Amino acid sequence: MFKFEEIKRSFLVSLWFVFLTFPIMVIRVDSIEKTVQWRWMNVVYVLIGSFLMSFVFRYALKKKEIQASEKEAGKEDTDQSFIHNLLLVPRYRNMIYGGLLAISIAYPFIFSTYQVNIMTTALMYVVLGLGLNIVVGLAGLLDLGYVAFYAVGAYTYALLHHHFGLGFWTVLPIGGGLAAIFGILLGIPVLRLRGDYLAIVTLGFGEIIRLVLENWGEFSQGPSGISNIARPGLFGIELPLEQAITYLYYLMILFVIFTVFFVNRLQDSRIGRAWIALREDEIACQAMGIDKMKTKLVAFSLGAFWAGIIGVVFAAKTTFINPASFTFLESAIILSIVVLGGMGSIIGVIIGALILILLPEYLRALSEFRMLAFGAILVSMMIFRPQGIIGSIRRSYIYKKSSNPSDGAA
Amino acid sequence: MGLPDMEQPSILQVNGLTMDFGGIRALNNLDLDVKEGEIVALIGPNGAGKTTFFNCVTGIYRPTKGTVSLYNKKKNKQISLVGMKPNQVTEQGLARTFQNIRLFSQMTVLENVMIGRHCRSSAFILGALLRDKKTLAEEEDIIRKSYDILEKIGLSSYQNEFAKNLPYGAQRRLEIARALATEPVLLLLDEPAAGMNPQETIELVNLIQEIAAEGQSILLIEHDMKLVMSLSERIFVMDYGKKIAEGTPEEIRNNPEVIKAYLGEEVDA
Repeated sequence: MFKFEEIKRSFLVSLWFVFLTFPIMVIRVDSIEKTVQWRWMNVVYVLIGSFLMSFVFRYALKKKEIQASEKEAGKEDTDQSFIHNLLLVPRYRNMIYGGLLAISIAYPFIFSTYQVNIMTTALMYVVLGLGLNIVVGLAGLLDLGYVAFYAVGAYTYALLHHHFGLGFWTVLPIGGGLAAIFGILLGIPVLRLRGDYLAIVTLGFGEIIRLVLENWGEFSQGPSGISNIARPGLFGIELPLEQAITYLYYLMILFVIFTVFFVNRLQDSRIGRAWIALREDEIACQAMGIDKMKTKLVAFSLGAFWAGIIGVVFAAKTTFINPASFTFLESAIILSIVVLGGMGSIIGVIIGALILILLPEYLRALSEFRMLAFGAILVSMMIFRPQGIIGSIRRSYIYKKSSNPSDGAA
Repeated sequence: MGLPDMEQPSILQVNGLTMDFGGIRALNNLDLDVKEGEIVALIGPNGAGKTTFFNCVTGIYRPTKGTVSLYNKKKNKQISLVGMKPNQVTEQGLARTFQNIRLFSQMTVLENVMIGRHCRSSAFILGALLRDKKTLAEEEDIIRKSYDILEKIGLSSYQNEFAKNLPYGAQRRLEIARALATEPVLLLLDEPAAGMNPQETIELVNLIQEIAAEGQSILLIEHDMKLVMSLSERIFVMDYGKKIAEGTPEEIRNNPEVIKAYLGEEVDA
């Protein structure tokens, strides 16, 4: 079964790994006692570990190649995932939706406040992911500065509350709207850019917003941030901490439902089609009469709108914000959610957000290796499932013609 | 420059079109006109500037000099297309296909055609969110019209297939379908038969004739001489960015300038 060739290759790979990890795995310098420890046993562990991993990797790669060749031969269209097939049957769909709703309503009663708090954060990222999905997944505009709009929303609430005492519900639409305006402001100059150039400019924009917040002390109170931000009120009642957390959780559930509803409708509309066409081929898209500028700006501002809304929620949830919450890493995580979940796929983005936000919380013990695991997951995703956990659904329109009803397949 | 026929107005009138790329003159003072219901072909050797001409007319390039105007029958007036963006040109009624196929490959066949209906519909964010009666009716209209076009082109059985999965000839036809969905006054075909096998070419000729029979005016760029001669009513010949001949297929076939451009000059040894 195992050829000598393969064993040799895996062995070479593991040797290379031993070499690469030598400085961090073997040598340990104790700077206080000024001694050097040589942990030779680690060499063996790394050798065996990477040898096995290399084998698994090679096996998976081979399996994928076989699958690809089968697909080429037209055997089976594996693009349609199991979940999508389930969702196509109304009875199962209602059952799944009902089950999910029941779980999400019962969640705070079953689990501790800590769990509810984590879940609220995860749900916030679900909405952020869905918002970015409009820009990246549908319109195909790689936006690396998405967190800027999040910051705009958060600071809108923080500042308006700090200076004018405005409440959560008043600021919510203002925060979303302001973020959308920033989306347009960013959109106008970058309209002509594509791909890498667009990514760099949006990255710069994200950093600019953060640096402005950090350095313009009179405006944003600089790195020390703004504290004592009010939690969302329930018809003017101030809730005790524990109930406030539960309340925010239910609010987030509502937000997620609304977002899914809106994004789904947008995606399935004239404007959604225009976004996808824009992603596929810009020149053909224009030649077919689609206003590139308008379509891109709408995508940018709608994506930013959701970030702004969640920014307001974030400020209300943590009651304290400072620029450190809006670093590039944040943008990268949201983008990873979209890419990992599946670009353009709503279910994929939801699952991606839950995995990427919840897993690190539960694997706190391994938090040192978080970024390592992150990188490894993303690399292997790109190799084995470039379309994401759940690829975007292939939409089919049902065309009803009275004369022959057999036309149009679902 | 031949004066346009008094009874038949020219729907596309191009006068003195010039396009410079730096120091290179790709188009030199070109005149061209297409009358209603006509199939006109633009031919010329490689690099003669045919595609540049298309790009100037459809707004992808902005010409250095010259006028391009489209006659809109409904509004009964000439509209100048110079300086318009490609999407505005399409809105005015000039739809095109591409020499190298540019379909939306990750979208289904029907969706590709539905994109063509974009500029003839108007639903926006609110309509998409609320799905009011007007939006739903419009959406249904888009689907119905797109489907009708697919049926006419003979691609309706593929409607939910991804565009990238279609055979080559079908992809070319889908491009035409998509262009037709914009309800063009004039259809511009950029080398529709490029890369096709003889069978596919015959099907294409039939298709173009069918479309033309419904009164659609067509301007096409083509290399395939047989196709051009059998389809077009008038032919313009270009070389080095200049128009070197104009006339019926018969006239063009016997035009010494054209023969020279295509086959080279006889040299007395």
